[in-house]
Amino acid sequence: MMVNVTSSGTQRPLRRNSQTDEIPTMSAEEQIKDTVTTNDVVLFMKGTKAMPQCGFSNHVVGVLTTIGVEFQDVDVLADPEIRQGIKNYSDWPTIPQLYVKGEFVGGCDIISEMTMSGELDALLDKSGVSYSKEAAKKIRDANG
Amino acid sequence: MSTNMMQTEIEGILRDAFAPTRLEVINDSAKHSGHSGHDGSGESHFTVVIESAAFAGMSRLQRHRKVIAALGDIPGQRVHALAIKALAPGEST
Repeated sequence: MMVNVTSSGTQRPLRRNSQTDEIPTMSAEEQIKDTVTTNDVVLFMKGTKAMPQCGFSNHVVGVLTTIGVEFQDVDVLADPEIRQGIKNYSDWPTIPQLYVKGEFVGGCDIISEMTMSGELDALLDKSGVSYSKEAAKKIRDANG
Repeated sequence: MSTNMMQTEIEGILRDAFAPTRLEVINDSAKHSGHSGHDGSGESHFTVVIESAAFAGMSRLQRHRKVIAALGDIPGQRVHALAIKALAPGEST
């Protein structure tokens, strides 16, 4: 796995080798593909889950954290090639971008709507990703 | 200086592309004053609510892709943030 998150949540740039700090030979696209296929849930975001740098990224982190979904965060601000590469990969122009089991799910609006409609629960169920159904219901009750 | 050129441009493009039965383009920029995406133009953050028969039978992702494609280089480049709510007639917000 290319993404390296320390216990403090600080993330190294996706494409740098954590030992040598060298940029590996994989292209940005290959790195993205590797990351989304080796992690069940990946959020490409501005900043880290510990310190989001944009309100929309922060919102999605909040949803995932609240419902107890384990996810890998990738800070696109740490690598311009990943920042552009992820937009090409999904053919989607904005960040954040959520991937579940390698599939692009959507950005902030879509995640919010899917949370409220219950579609996010259904997707996580289908994908075998663990989360708290009670917490998801609480979000709906609080915002419905 | 405050203008609403971007708002007008977005509205025009969406009217032409989707013949919407409901269209609201809301400028949220003032709510985001002072954070990184706020470029001082006063037209950095928008919410689009659009209802069109064109969206019937499409998934959320497909609808968003259609709206984004119609808007060309506006989302993510000329506008920092564009929230989209795309509905088919009869669906509730």
